[in-house]
Amino acid sequence: MSLRQFAAAAVVTATFGFAVSPAHAVTEIQWWHAMTGGNNDIVNRLAEEFNASQSDYKVVPTFKGAYPDTLNAGIAAFRAGTAPHILQVFEVGTATMMSAKGAIKPVYELMKDAGEPFDPKAYLPAITGYYSTSKGDMLSFPFNSSSMVMWINKDELKKAGVAEIPKTWPEVFDAAKKLKAAGHDTCGFSNAWASWANIEQFSAWHNVPIGTKANGLDGFDTVLEFNTPLHVKHLQNLVELQKDKTYDYSGRGSASESRFGSGECAIFLTSSGYYATAKSTAKFDFTSAPMPYYPDAPGAPQNSIIGGASLWVMGGKSADEYKGVAKFFTFLSDTNRQAKLHQESGYLPITKAAYEKTKADGFYEKNPTLQTPLKELTNKEPTENSRGLRFGNMVQMRDVWAEEIEAALAGKKTAKDALDSAVARGNAMLRTFEKTAK
Amino acid sequence: MEKSVVFNGKLLPYVLLAPQLAITLIFFYWPASQAIWQSFLREDAFGLNSEFVGLENYQALFAQPEYYTAIGTTVVFSSLVTVLSLGVALLFATQADKNLKGASAYKTLMIWPYAVAPAIAGVLWFFIFHPTLGTLARPLRVMGFDWNPMLNGTHAMVLVVMAAVWKQVAYNFLFFLAGLQAIPKSVIEAGAIDGAGPLRRFWTIIFPLLSPTTFFLLVVNIVYVFFETFGIIDAVTSGGPAGTTTTMVYKVFADGRLGGDLGGSAAQSVVLMVIVIALTAIQFRYVERKVQY
Repeated sequence: MSLRQFAAAAVVTATFGFAVSPAHAVTEIQWWHAMTGGNNDIVNRLAEEFNASQSDYKVVPTFKGAYPDTLNAGIAAFRAGTAPHILQVFEVGTATMMSAKGAIKPVYELMKDAGEPFDPKAYLPAITGYYSTSKGDMLSFPFNSSSMVMWINKDELKKAGVAEIPKTWPEVFDAAKKLKAAGHDTCGFSNAWASWANIEQFSAWHNVPIGTKANGLDGFDTVLEFNTPLHVKHLQNLVELQKDKTYDYSGRGSASESRFGSGECAIFLTSSGYYATAKSTAKFDFTSAPMPYYPDAPGAPQNSIIGGASLWVMGGKSADEYKGVAKFFTFLSDTNRQAKLHQESGYLPITKAAYEKTKADGFYEKNPTLQTPLKELTNKEPTENSRGLRFGNMVQMRDVWAEEIEAALAGKKTAKDALDSAVARGNAMLRTFEKTAK
Repeated sequence: MEKSVVFNGKLLPYVLLAPQLAITLIFFYWPASQAIWQSFLREDAFGLNSEFVGLENYQALFAQPEYYTAIGTTVVFSSLVTVLSLGVALLFATQADKNLKGASAYKTLMIWPYAVAPAIAGVLWFFIFHPTLGTLARPLRVMGFDWNPMLNGTHAMVLVVMAAVWKQVAYNFLFFLAGLQAIPKSVIEAGAIDGAGPLRRFWTIIFPLLSPTTFFLLVVNIVYVFFETFGIIDAVTSGGPAGTTTTMVYKVFADGRLGGDLGGSAAQSVVLMVIVIALTAIQFRYVERKVQY
């Protein structure tokens, strides 16, 4: 490089260097998240909009892999003393996070310390309840929430001679048999998220407990009890129908959701967050309906519970950094922003005002699919069994429960034995967790 | 008379060894000792409170029926993967060693899978053989074969074994090929002149002369299958269905990473470490005797 080139390069660097750094120091807020695809774009856009809206803080989003990876990255970073300010954690990591006192800064405290306007009553209780203490103090900030709904391929149902969208489990079984007779050999109906569907949502929707102490919300000394006759009956039904694939198992996660989009399964239970994908892949007329229930179960249907993820604020940061995080949360809670986010992404709105605004705009008349999860969540006043759940080790426990469901479906165990064993193994894990979470 | 140079300094050998020793200490002994220490502790995931519990983690581990199932699964999985990946690689290497057109292109292509990360390899196999999405699973189902690794434990095991073997064949192939090319052609030609057919030449000349390579690969493959396959299992089956593909190392990974049970997970890795050390020692003690250098 000649001297002249060097000088030119130095001038360019200097110019741009000064242009980028503003007159006063900007506080950076690190935000680690697990959003991919279109949701990743939304995260980046939110950060950009926030950064453009003020000049004191800069939110820097970083993708850290799938939900468990992001949680582990956050934990490892905390142990190394380099935790981000905001960590997105999926709903089943809630107990792990809240038990880590000192590692986290509860949101209600954060907002109070920062002097940001914050009214917990402005948020939808069905959503914030999952992330609050039993006293109603909000611990983490709900970001992307969804619930489980039943996706329906209307074209195929019509072809199979099913006139109405089934409401109860017996009606679903009948419809599935008709679908199978009409050529759906490999799948009458199915569901993603084996444990979330058949244990967690199923229990809340039927107003039966998953565990004692309000499903663990009131304390870590909770004991699982989802091996009731109702649970056994449901699993037994699935086992019977699995034999000729009137029901066909689709795994523990969401990887098999495409069985609905491809037309293979015409009735499919999965997250309401599947909306965006369904819209872009399904080449048929589809809709979503509330989850089915057993009509002989007293009080069913109750209300569903949420899934998704929330934003946790990590501990040990400066007051100025917390001020920035609090401002960012206020920014996210803005009614217009929430309503827009909900209508574009299919995530549930987290504030009552955003829900009311979307209703008032007449959005749901055109998009009834997006209202199904909200109707489910607000179907009835939540009970001890349907407010949410909070079990330690839940990430792995879901896999353990799914293992037992798989054993029953493969014919290795009876439905009763499988659920008994799921409860026993889960309880052992809860006791281990209880010892570490003091 | 031969001249020998003698270094009198006591320090120099240690200085020369220092880099290697430092690497071994920092990257092998230090983490291993950490694992042992961790296995005596009970700690929450964030490391906020930890407590010395002695052998409690080990007692809890050996009280779990699932742990014994995992040991059984590991025996099946590791035998299948080791035997198949060595066997297939040897077959490919002997074929590639012949004078063929395009042999070098073939050799290069053979090595590619080794560059694929285990988790990626797992995802590939997951999609190829996914019961409904899979490009190869669909023809199987059309032919009337009820391929279902999501519920059928045997199918799931076949799938993870295939993925793990596929990944390792490339590495073994490379070493076998080098080993084959080091065998002097004159020995083989002498055998041919004496009237030994290709098979006989292979078993009586090539295979024994290849034994140092085979022995080395046996040790490496066992270490691979015991320690490095959890990424594949995680991506393909997540240890399912119903725990049929949960090997010991996958359980270490699942309990530690998904369960946040660091003490229990550390206890399992110590057990695994002891088993692999014992296996390697047995191999050096007994199998190596049959190796002809």
